[in-house]
Amino acid sequence: MNVFDIAASLAKIIILTHTTLILAMYMPWVERKVSAWIQDRVGPNRVGYAGLLQPIADTFKFIFKEDVVPGHVNKTLFVLAPCFAVIPSLFILAVIPFGPAVQVMGQSVDLVIADLGVGILFVFAFSGLAVYGIVFAGWASNSKYPMLGGVRASAQMISYEICLGLSVVGIFMGAESLRMLDIVQQQIDGSWNIFTQPLGFLIFAIAAFAETNRLPFDLPEAETELVAGYHTEYSSIKFTMFFAGEYAAMFVFAALVTVLFLGGWDLPFMDSASFAAMGNWGALLGFAVFLVKSFMFLLLYVWVRFTLPRFRFDQLMNLGWKVLLPLALVNILITGFLNLP
Amino acid sequence: MAKVVERRKLNFWEELYLPAIVDGLGRTFRQMFKPEITLQYPEQRPVIADDYRGAPGLVKDEEGREKCVSCQLCEYICPPKAIVIEPGEVSEETSYDYSGIEKAPQEFYIDMLRCIYCGYCEEICPEQAIFMTGEYELNASTRQELVFDKARLYKLGGTRPGLLKKWKHKDDGLAAEEH
Repeated sequence: MNVFDIAASLAKIIILTHTTLILAMYMPWVERKVSAWIQDRVGPNRVGYAGLLQPIADTFKFIFKEDVVPGHVNKTLFVLAPCFAVIPSLFILAVIPFGPAVQVMGQSVDLVIADLGVGILFVFAFSGLAVYGIVFAGWASNSKYPMLGGVRASAQMISYEICLGLSVVGIFMGAESLRMLDIVQQQIDGSWNIFTQPLGFLIFAIAAFAETNRLPFDLPEAETELVAGYHTEYSSIKFTMFFAGEYAAMFVFAALVTVLFLGGWDLPFMDSASFAAMGNWGALLGFAVFLVKSFMFLLLYVWVRFTLPRFRFDQLMNLGWKVLLPLALVNILITGFLNLP
Repeated sequence: MAKVVERRKLNFWEELYLPAIVDGLGRTFRQMFKPEITLQYPEQRPVIADDYRGAPGLVKDEEGREKCVSCQLCEYICPPKAIVIEPGEVSEETSYDYSGIEKAPQEFYIDMLRCIYCGYCEEICPEQAIFMTGEYELNASTRQELVFDKARLYKLGGTRPGLLKKWKHKDDGLAAEEH
């Protein structure tokens, strides 16, 4: 590995993590605005134009709030939990390709931080880790509501992780690879996976809602039942970490959906050659297309949140084990039969 | 005896829930483009009805005379005991003719933190001297600032023309006696 590779990796890391964190910062603003429109309200409009400086004001507010650590908590885990809530999502970013290759100083650089051959497996390994943040928080807080939230989160995550994993099996049966770049390439050459795998997309989308603890599956924090669930005892910057973790995970899953089902940076009337013909502008266009697609899925998260009520816990388990899991298996079977040589 | 409610069995499409979810998403989507009903409060104000029961204030008649004769009925009726009146004689230095009225409040305090805006004071006042105004923004940094004194209550109430013409009648009466 020479200096060029290290510099290129650093540049990609900086661009992608900052894009994610800024989006994670502005998603609450988007969410508040969209929810306001749905409810015939105006939404944040006081800080800056259309409330655009609201996220910055909120961040400062959280930083300067008192960081309460209750006396009855397990200090080590209590401090570790917020870190575990943020880190897995940022790890997953490493394998997500976010644009076509760029030409820098005569060398071709793929816009993916780590081009792993086991891309999707890496994603599932780390999205499985995300539950630790919540479980640690629930356990370390040493009080009943966080505990219940943590237990719910672990049960929910285990159930939906399986559906999540099975729903994409059909995709790499088609692409014959676990590598993210291959999956995108296959969609650029053929058609998007959302059209060839509609059932897989539906299951993945539903499981993604559950994985990121978004309504209608936000049982770990269920305000109406559990106060604030696993982060009841948290305040100030530690609470912000959970918040940022949730929104970062939302973006990561939106990016995953884009890569796996919506053809990554592909546009219907363009192929790899036309992107390459535009040179680095093509790469920039690809990155923009990728962001727009991800943002569309983020909007879907918000839209669904303000449409559907929360599931009951038994309904959640029923849906996961009795509906989504068999459907995912059926999807694999159908894909297998359709792809018979 | 408990009534047994027959639950209709859901058909296949209803059991899928997806059509209902799509319908719900459609409804929320249409809702996004409807006009907001928010009132941008400090800039825009709600329309206050005439009989709105805001903070009580004292009123003067169209000739600028105090109507209150400090009978203390409002002080007596006030459920939370928010009103304190110091009765006294009408001062000699006033420019207008009191025509026989002897009493006027020396001081008149209403503790707005105690007031429950019931409107009993307005209802019981025989002189139509105290009214519930449209004022609803009562805030201060100390409790003492919200104990309104007489000057402030008169400022709040202002003048109300076209009320009971007590002074007028008294004037006429005196004039008739002199003749």
